[in-house]
Amino acid sequence: MNTRQGTEAAGGGQFQRVGEQSRPVVAFFLDGRPASALLGDTVLTAVLTQARSVRRNEFSQQPRAGFCVMGACQDCWMKTADGRTVRACSTPIAPGMQLLSGVAQETP
Amino acid sequence: MSHSHHLPPVVVGAGPAGVRAACTLVQHGLAPIVIDESPASGGQIYRRQPAGFTRPGAALYGFEAPKATALHQDFDAIQVQVDYRAGSLVWSARPGTLDVWSIAADTSRTLDWSQIIVATGATDRVLPVPGWTLPGVYTLGGAQVALKYQACAVGRRVVFAGSGPLLYLVAYQYAKAGVEVAAVIDNARLADQAASLIDMARQPKTLLKGMYYVAWLQARGIPILRNARLTEVAGQAQVQGVSWQRNGGDGAVNFIACDAVALGYALRSETQLADLLECEFSFDALNRAHLPRRDAAGRASTPGVYLAGDGAGIMGADAAELAGERAALALLADRGIEVSDARTALLDRRLAGLAKWRRGIEAAFPFPADWARSAPDHLVVCRCENITAGELRTVAKDTGASELNRLKALSRVGMGRCQGRMCAAAAAEILAEVVRVPVHQVGRIRAQAPIKPLPMTVRIEDEAP
Repeated sequence: MNTRQGTEAAGGGQFQRVGEQSRPVVAFFLDGRPASALLGDTVLTAVLTQARSVRRNEFSQQPRAGFCVMGACQDCWMKTADGRTVRACSTPIAPGMQLLSGVAQETP
Repeated sequence: MSHSHHLPPVVVGAGPAGVRAACTLVQHGLAPIVIDESPASGGQIYRRQPAGFTRPGAALYGFEAPKATALHQDFDAIQVQVDYRAGSLVWSARPGTLDVWSIAADTSRTLDWSQIIVATGATDRVLPVPGWTLPGVYTLGGAQVALKYQACAVGRRVVFAGSGPLLYLVAYQYAKAGVEVAAVIDNARLADQAASLIDMARQPKTLLKGMYYVAWLQARGIPILRNARLTEVAGQAQVQGVSWQRNGGDGAVNFIACDAVALGYALRSETQLADLLECEFSFDALNRAHLPRRDAAGRASTPGVYLAGDGAGIMGADAAELAGERAALALLADRGIEVSDARTALLDRRLAGLAKWRRGIEAAFPFPADWARSAPDHLVVCRCENITAGELRTVAKDTGASELNRLKALSRVGMGRCQGRMCAAAAAEILAEVVRVPVHQVGRIRAQAPIKPLPMTVRIEDEAP
């Protein structure tokens, strides 16, 4: 793992880092593409620092990016490539995680 | 005294109420089981940042840092005396047993209890606005968690809207962290806040902090729009701005560009566990919610159940610490263990004082009782299943449904994954508007297990002897 100092998160994400950026990098995959987060990020943070949404609503098909950020609304569920479902706001990112948003993401 | 008091007491929740309850039980020689969904103690308000984060307490908790630090240290100091089950969710319960899902192990075990302190906390009370399901709209509490727990802002230019003490606090915390605060849109009038000063002055430090946040924001030229409400969050796949208007004004709509919105109207109690434990509920006008009934010490109607903290009615973190200790003293006394009458009386006096201050808070940030009338038919009320205000009105009118569980059965509102946490307050307001009754008459959505969704993979195991 290497450490990045004081760099901006990749542009275009919903979340903006405002500190704590000297943590080790964690590599993962978002919709099949390599992506990186920081150790201690939740899945929600890992994804939203580089994307605008984490899932589509099953009824409206509209993109969603979480809402309550404290495990109550269940609106940040993400699928993994191995078929699991994780609640993004309360699941830590782990190296090699393969997360699927179901939403085409803009390339940063 | 029940014969089953050989069982250790159980505390559910490790926020301010649960931690103080656990500490009090340990001080009196008991070894409670503490079950908490979070990976670390502190609750939402004093949530701890993950390992590897380095911000000091003052940066995370501001003026409340000494209280947060004391709470964390006091809980850490009793680790060896408690059976602490972090990362564990009570997903089902009935008198005498709990079902506890250990999230990391993905196993569930049934746990017998004879005495339980329910300190389940709160989430934001949400009143939806068109566009609130867009990526970039978060609860006020959620926006605060992103900052506190992840050192992230929910956007680059954020509008804070709704009402309640969190509104100015989180806006202040964002601005202080260097995030652009586009505006604070407060449903309350300045006159409401002025009129509440007498009750608010019972907690002069809290009052001064609130005034400080407002003054700090104003001094930096951040627009504070009072007696105003959001009419829409605009955008297609992300937030592009908000429309707002003055309450009771000429209807002129204004627009503010932003890429995120933090929204909330104070807090609502997490009462599902108390409900499954068969506690009696009654309507509480101050919280505009049905809450489990409790005596001044926290005893619920179900024997052996004690209620403390925001999960039993919103009173804030300071009251939660006092109520957690008070409930533990009641539990101890009921177990035949001697407790200090002087301490009990002191806690009762302090809690009574805070109750008066709490009424002042409500006067300063009144619930927008006319919200339902302003909700357009196309407004999505249920964000889980995309059910609109118009659908709820049609179902209520066509079927004559006048009770919330009936409306739920017929429309599916409150039946989605959040189980009504995000929509029930709004659905109740809309049903009351259609039926033309006060909101307390439409009832409340009854809790059902699982309290939160469980994965299909969870293994059911027997509790180790």
